[in-house]
Amino acid sequence: MSPVDWYLTLATGLFCIGAYGVLARRNVLLIVMSLELMLNAVNIALAAFANFMPHAGARGTFFVLFIITLAAAEVTVGLAIVVANYRNRRSVQADEFSELKG
Amino acid sequence: MHVMITLIPLVPLVGFLVTLLLGKNVLKRRPEVVSLTAVTISWVLSMIVVAHVFGHHTKAVDFNLFTWVSAGTFHVQWGYLVDSLAAIMLIVVSTIGMLVHYYSIGYMRGDGGYYRFFAYLNLFMFAMFTLILANNYLLVFLGWEGVGLCSYLLISFWFHKKTASQAGKKAFLVNRVGDWGFTLGLFLIFTTFGSLQFGQVFAKAPHVSSGIVTWIALLLFVGAVGKSAQFPLHVWLPDAMEGPTPVSALIHAATMVNAGVYMIARSYPLVSQSHTAMLVVMIVGTFTAIYAAAIALTQNDIKKVIAYSTISSLGFMFMALGAGAWVAAIFYLFAHGFFKGLLFLGSGSVIHSMSGEQDMRRMGGLRKKLPITFWAMMIGALANVGLFPFAGFWAKDEILGGDFAAHYYFVWVVGLATAFLTALFMFRLIFLTFWGENRAAPDVQRHIHESPRVMTWPLVILAVPAAVLGLVVGLPPDGGWLHTFLAPVFFNVEKEHFVWAGTGGGLLLLSLAVVLAGIYTAYVAYLRRPGLPARVAALVPWAYQASYHKFYMDEFYEGAVIRPVMGFATWLWTFVDVKVIDGAVNGLAWAWGALGRALRPLQTGRAQSYAFGVFGGLFVLVILIRYFWGA
Repeated sequence: MSPVDWYLTLATGLFCIGAYGVLARRNVLLIVMSLELMLNAVNIALAAFANFMPHAGARGTFFVLFIITLAAAEVTVGLAIVVANYRNRRSVQADEFSELKG
Repeated sequence: MHVMITLIPLVPLVGFLVTLLLGKNVLKRRPEVVSLTAVTISWVLSMIVVAHVFGHHTKAVDFNLFTWVSAGTFHVQWGYLVDSLAAIMLIVVSTIGMLVHYYSIGYMRGDGGYYRFFAYLNLFMFAMFTLILANNYLLVFLGWEGVGLCSYLLISFWFHKKTASQAGKKAFLVNRVGDWGFTLGLFLIFTTFGSLQFGQVFAKAPHVSSGIVTWIALLLFVGAVGKSAQFPLHVWLPDAMEGPTPVSALIHAATMVNAGVYMIARSYPLVSQSHTAMLVVMIVGTFTAIYAAAIALTQNDIKKVIAYSTISSLGFMFMALGAGAWVAAIFYLFAHGFFKGLLFLGSGSVIHSMSGEQDMRRMGGLRKKLPITFWAMMIGALANVGLFPFAGFWAKDEILGGDFAAHYYFVWVVGLATAFLTALFMFRLIFLTFWGENRAAPDVQRHIHESPRVMTWPLVILAVPAAVLGLVVGLPPDGGWLHTFLAPVFFNVEKEHFVWAGTGGGLLLLSLAVVLAGIYTAYVAYLRRPGLPARVAALVPWAYQASYHKFYMDEFYEGAVIRPVMGFATWLWTFVDVKVIDGAVNGLAWAWGALGRALRPLQTGRAQSYAFGVFGGLFVLVILIRYFWGA
């Protein structure tokens, strides 16, 4: 295995854990946290590529910075929705939010 | 000259638009003023044009106004052609048209659709003028359809009457059959000659194979059979009598029904090249002549008798065309326009005075009460049966002479028999209507009066040409003024089929004797011994019934055409439309509904199950890409 593969294995593992969390968890807070986990797995992969491919310059790092910023914004909006929903329904369980079902 | 010719059809068109748009609300009490003015202007212009043609009859006026249709290689001009044939038609159409307009003031007074009636009459004049003045087949077709439309509108003028609206529909539909043939003829002319212009078509006509010419001539004749009410498409004309009587006189006796004869005569360079087509024209004409005369014998409706007489006369004209007696046919058309128009207007006057009664069995003895109408109709009848020296005599005799000279002896005999029958039924009409005791209900009898002057004057005016036209234009019988006048139209091409008509005094005397015998038979049967017709009818009931029921032609069409078509239409409706088409559309809607209901459970409403789909899809996608694309 080349050095970058270790990082990619870690990233894949984190991503899968995050994906499982998104799919399996009922609690919206935990789903959001799992989403963060997936984003960070991608960040690790990007940072690793950036480090091991010098000719690509700093592009990978820039991407990581963008994703961190976007993730922060997303968490803000996501948590705001969770709070708003909690005020309305006294619940943070995702399967209870089904008003739009046809 | 060009401006005047252009104005002849244009003025009635303007009159039509003005009367139709402003008739009800602006012109109010006197809506006829505009259309009368228009038709009178047209008459004056026509007479000026005709006078010009009289002076220069060897040189036709032929000019184009503008390009009417231009598509690819297909170009049609809007143009007029005035030669001696068109001039004869102009005299008939404009004169009778104008007189009928004036007559209608009296006849239609007080009718709810008064202004509409005059608007239609003007539209008819426009279409008829276009038909006879056109210099190409497509423009003829425009006029042809235009007069057909007006015929329909005017037959069903009293549209609240079921029989009238039915008769209008019948006329329209039967004419479609003829127009189908005419249209095919136009197509064939265009593909053969590359033009529809008379001049170009006729110039090339001698160089085309006789097979194609025969087809063209026969297809054009199919159109003529429809429009001129020849067997077997004659059934619409008797029913067309549902329309107001001035319409019957103008459209269904004097002008429109002659369009077929005119068109065949106009196509002389084409038709005369095909012996087969000429023969077909003659046979159909001859058969129609005697067939219609046999029906007229037993009809009781005064207008129906004259209608069948018209069909018979038109058959006579086609008989002449087919036998090659072209001038005689036009001569007969010329005379027939006046005397048949006169007879119809006269019958209208009778009906008017009898408070709408049309059944001759309830008329009688009107000679004293309607003297002007009586004398006018007497002259019309004498001209129609062809008694010396009235107009019909010379024309009919030229036709019979033409048949004889062309060695069509059988046709000649049938023609004589038709002349006998014509004399018989025409004087049956005269005797039943004007002699004997009046058989109407007492309250009708009290109201019998001569028609107003606006109606009797046209009768008097029309009686003049009906009486003397033959003497003026037809003498001597084999080379009168009319022959010289029409010579440029009918002598340009091969002379093979032209027959000098009017052979000898023996034939003249013979046909005269036949006519007198017919009149005498009518006199015996309907005046001297009134019981005789009933006894003859009882003697040969099948013959009487066949004639009375018009040889069951309507029943034949009912069974052979109308019923099957109606049955087919009902089947299309109840099975194809309701079951198949509606079934398919409804079934399709149901199928999509079912599919939706089947797929509904997939929409769980849980975001995570959708997310599962997203991840699953992504997973499958990655595998697929890896499998098919990557290494």
